[in-house]
Amino acid sequence: MANQPVTSAGHHHAHHFKSADHEFSAAKQGMWVFLVTEVLMIGGLFVAYAIFRGLYPDMFSAAHKFLNVKLGLTNTIILLTSSLTMLMGVSSAQRGDQKRSLKFLAVTFLCAIGFLVVKYIEYSHKFHDGLLPGANFTNTDPLLMHPKTPLFFSLYFMMTGIHAFHVIVGMGLIAWIMKRTAKGEFSPGYYTPVELVGFYWHFVDLVWIYLFPLLYLVG
Amino acid sequence: MATIEKHSPATPSGAHHYLNHGKGLWSWLTTLDHKRIGVMYLFTVLTFFLVGGLLAIAIRIELFTPGRTIMDADTYNRVFTLHGAIMVFLVIIPAIPASLGNFILPMMLGAKDVAFPRLNLASYYIYITGAVVALTSLLFGGVDTGWTFYTPYSATAGIGVVYVLCGAFIAGFSSILTGLNFIVTIHKLRAEGQHWDRLPLFCWALYATSIIQVLATPVLAITLILLVFERLTHIGIFDASLGGDPILFQHFFWFYSHPAVYIMILPAMGVISEVIPVFSRKPIFGYKAIAWSSFGIALLAFLVWGHHLFVSGQSELANFIFSLLTIFVAVPTGIKVFSWVATLYKGSIHFKVPMLYALGFLELFTIGGLTGVFLAIVSINVHLTDTYFVIAHFHYVMVGGALMAFTGGIHYWYPKITGRLYDEASGVWAFIFVIVGFNLTFFPQFIVGAQGMPRRYWNYLPEFTTLNQLSTLGSFLLLAGFVWTAFYLWRGLKHGPLAGDNPWNSLTLEWQTPSPPPHDNFAIDPIVTDWPYAYRAENEK
Repeated sequence: MANQPVTSAGHHHAHHFKSADHEFSAAKQGMWVFLVTEVLMIGGLFVAYAIFRGLYPDMFSAAHKFLNVKLGLTNTIILLTSSLTMLMGVSSAQRGDQKRSLKFLAVTFLCAIGFLVVKYIEYSHKFHDGLLPGANFTNTDPLLMHPKTPLFFSLYFMMTGIHAFHVIVGMGLIAWIMKRTAKGEFSPGYYTPVELVGFYWHFVDLVWIYLFPLLYLVG
Repeated sequence: MATIEKHSPATPSGAHHYLNHGKGLWSWLTTLDHKRIGVMYLFTVLTFFLVGGLLAIAIRIELFTPGRTIMDADTYNRVFTLHGAIMVFLVIIPAIPASLGNFILPMMLGAKDVAFPRLNLASYYIYITGAVVALTSLLFGGVDTGWTFYTPYSATAGIGVVYVLCGAFIAGFSSILTGLNFIVTIHKLRAEGQHWDRLPLFCWALYATSIIQVLATPVLAITLILLVFERLTHIGIFDASLGGDPILFQHFFWFYSHPAVYIMILPAMGVISEVIPVFSRKPIFGYKAIAWSSFGIALLAFLVWGHHLFVSGQSELANFIFSLLTIFVAVPTGIKVFSWVATLYKGSIHFKVPMLYALGFLELFTIGGLTGVFLAIVSINVHLTDTYFVIAHFHYVMVGGALMAFTGGIHYWYPKITGRLYDEASGVWAFIFVIVGFNLTFFPQFIVGAQGMPRRYWNYLPEFTTLNQLSTLGSFLLLAGFVWTAFYLWRGLKHGPLAGDNPWNSLTLEWQTPSPPPHDNFAIDPIVTDWPYAYRAENEK
């Protein structure tokens, strides 16, 4: 775990750190600070959401019915599962069980693919129905007569789109640590990248935990 | 005194140091050494400063006479937009933290490098990428929105705006990563005995700056992304005709861009806090007050953005609250200014070039800061909004404050970075040109602004001619001062006399090692035993 004395056979800490442990604690702090910047960035969208939701509650209530709760729920379950498997992957890496770690990371990666497939199905359905952001909105359903309706779909696409982008980046990171795990680069003495990618992945999951109720269950 | 208990063996100048640690351009472009990255930032920032400065001269020439002088209105709009965007995003924001901060901060802490050297190099290339992308806009007709990119105009302007927005977005990440790196470096890499209450004030200032960079810049990032999508696919979040709100853009934009002003000024205050005690030979007055007031400013930075929206249709109540909070900024700022003045009091003052710039900073920044209090008052602001009074105010803060301190800092650490001294007499003369030129350029703008001359027009009423001509004259003096400075600093690189390790008898840690420093900064890991401001008149050599 984090506080164990870290002695590594394969990894040499950089010259400006006193020990591998010292390096690890700096890396973790850096990752936390980075996640704070992510919160602030996504936070901008949540503020926009809060403002327009406050202004047009009826419109949000009507428009959210056009999102598919079943698919959203499926994705929520997929991401929660992936967070669990990521956790197992990290803890296996900490204990030095590389094979087990690799398996759990692979499952996490598959979950990410599953999430994107479901997202693709949802997006193509929205495109087909003309439920698009701003000026591209063409749906004429009488339930969506509120003139501000396109705004809901602007927020929907921006929020889920930026989240999906983070999922894709996360897949790249998971693939990277899988490759390094397969090469046997990690040990109980050095698993910093695995742990940090884990942080990132839980953050991506957490964002979705907020997006799902705000967009799909808002009524 | 910050001491190294076991003194490192005296290294003769010309020995092994960071400048000759690796040879050739490639060793610079791929370096992970914070000192070299700092130097690369310094040269790049100064290059953009030259470009931004020449654009400013073009603006001043155009405003030498009413009506057309050298360019038409459309060109003028593009020139002032480019001037603003370059100076804000590519010059002043990275100026002190990324160049001097990168070089000096780890040494002040007694560290061998920043926490994440590869990230540090990456942030440099991200900055370059952002600059290239932003300047690509010139191929698409330039940008005429002003550096503030207000909607709805920016959502329909020429396609060039997308490149500038993307460039600012990318450059923002460079700023975020520098801030992140510094926060972790300050927490994790302080030398033995370098307790928080012994930290040099430059480090405190950079810490407060980093917090703003890390918390505010991501909000700019999302704002710019939304605006890019607004411009390209009309998502409507900032477009009233599609249900959105253009004022929301102003809120988002200033939620970053007002704190960004403190990203510019806090490191400058850090430089001043180092220079004044060294050249007064006195302990800094109010060490803790100066350190904590940086955080006071950083906190208030996030609570005052609404003062940019006094005339944008914000509620009266919001105007009142933002006005009050803005006036509060004067409190931590005043604490700093009075502490510096108290440090000078009865000091043994040496009028060396860095000190001249520090004193210049005190004069100009005080004027800039106090006119900020005028502008914080809603009733006065309504009269002065978008006039040259505002232009003069923020140039007094950003040029008179941030760039004066940057120039002073370059002089102060020049012997540390190069191992040589610049020509002192040239420095004094150039300073006189800069300070006279600056005041002549911008003080008339307070008057002409109060009389009602609006900003961002190529033209003005004939009765403003004299003051505008004085301003243009001043800008040429300022240019002459900076060109002369560039010349003697450049000349000093080769021909300056060797500086010795610590020409100013400074007590901070970066001076307790050879100049220029060795690759690892310190031959032996330093141990700090006292705070770094125990100056006395007699501890001069």
